[in-house]
Amino acid sequence: MTPLLQVRDIAKFYGHRMGCTGVGFDLYPGEVMGIVGESGSGKSTLLNCLAGHLVPDQGRVMFDTRTEGPRDTVTMSEPERRMLSRTDWAFVHQHARDGLRMGVSAGGNVGERLMAVGARHYGDIREQAVDWLGRVEISEDRIDDRPSAFSGGMQQRLQIARNLVTGPRLVFMDEPTGGLDVSVQARLLDLLRGLVREMGLSAIIVTHDLAVVRLLADRLMVMKDGHVVESGLTDQVLDDPQHAYTQLLVSSVLQV
Amino acid sequence: MIRIENLGKNFTLHNQGSAVIPVMEGANLTVSSGECVALTGVSGSGKSTLMRMIYGNYLAQTGHIWVGDTDVAKAEPREILALRRETLGYVSQFLRVVPRVPTLDVVAEPLLAIGTPVDQARDRARTLLAQLNIPERLWSLSPTTFSGGEQQRVNIARGFAHDYPALLLDEPTASLDATNREVVLSLIEAAKARGAAIVGIFHDEPARNRVADREVDVTGYTPGLAA
Repeated sequence: MTPLLQVRDIAKFYGHRMGCTGVGFDLYPGEVMGIVGESGSGKSTLLNCLAGHLVPDQGRVMFDTRTEGPRDTVTMSEPERRMLSRTDWAFVHQHARDGLRMGVSAGGNVGERLMAVGARHYGDIREQAVDWLGRVEISEDRIDDRPSAFSGGMQQRLQIARNLVTGPRLVFMDEPTGGLDVSVQARLLDLLRGLVREMGLSAIIVTHDLAVVRLLADRLMVMKDGHVVESGLTDQVLDDPQHAYTQLLVSSVLQV
Repeated sequence: MIRIENLGKNFTLHNQGSAVIPVMEGANLTVSSGECVALTGVSGSGKSTLMRMIYGNYLAQTGHIWVGDTDVAKAEPREILALRRETLGYVSQFLRVVPRVPTLDVVAEPLLAIGTPVDQARDRARTLLAQLNIPERLWSLSPTTFSGGEQQRVNIARGFAHDYPALLLDEPTASLDATNREVVLSLIEAAKARGAAIVGIFHDEPARNRVADREVDVTGYTPGLAA
């Protein structure tokens, strides 16, 4: 099986300050990988390099495209990369307002992604928007409301609907449950897990919440000071951590 | 089905003076299809550690853990994930689930993960839950609020949903009443009869004597504890 994503030796510097360096891994179709680490560990820099939001100073990000097989997304042209981010990729931001158009209705937010890939029939678009709002548990009678009238949890679910409506194969998530109440988090986690399985999605989730990765991620990468210090099966890394930093991280979690 | 050769493990506690604690050395174990092997030894002798190593939850420093054609001690994460999905089941002592997921779906999940159609998976889950005497009115609720014994039975139902060729059972009859204990023991016997290789930890001695074909005392593999 060809990996969906092959990452080799990624490095990103901000001036002479290092963002991340020497990162490499393979992600296979259907796999969910978590990246954990404290603030400033380079995990968001890495995610943004993988998703094409930042240009890494070094390394390759090979994505298995539908038509041409593995292509390096770092060196491909901007229009090609933009096309990927509208079709095969999705990016779920921590703050829903970064991923939504706040001045456009909920239905419009979902429909816009569809129109970007060529959908033109109003009835079809609206029907798909209703279907997706239902899947993320937003009732149909809210379709014409703007996201600014939604709660934080609803905004996050709307962002997920907007991202997944085009049937992406790879989803990048940056702290998808950050800043939400724990009850809302649980519902969102359940929703994400169901969607990942039903759609056979691959995902890369950046978070500092070890409980989130335990429930969502198959594999885990632990970052510190821009380096990957440990990686492996999620439950193995959390239950039998090998690196001093991971041991510290795991033992620092408060027990409820 | 399961073959363990010269297995060894240390825990290195980097944040506690880098203490190195050897917990296993030179462990060997073979379990054939249709056979149930009980791990014995005093508390702390490494029964659960060995079981977690077979599941890939703990890393091995030396040796091999063959489950079918996969060496868990050397395999890539995705190989272990595939092994856990298709081949190797594990009933732990504690139920760990996503909050708010209904019990029926918790039990059906291992079948859904291998692509069983939803209706079929839920039917199997209903059968097991009924067999284990979980009242039907609870099936649509999350098991997080259930009693200890109920959670344990949900855990067992989940572990037996798919017919794994190899099964790890950590105290499957603990905290169960006589009726449910009997159900679990008959599930284990049925799994053996269909050819599953089983490794179990049973503090319940009559249960152990009934389902286990052999006992292996892991104390012999514990550095500093060996007699």
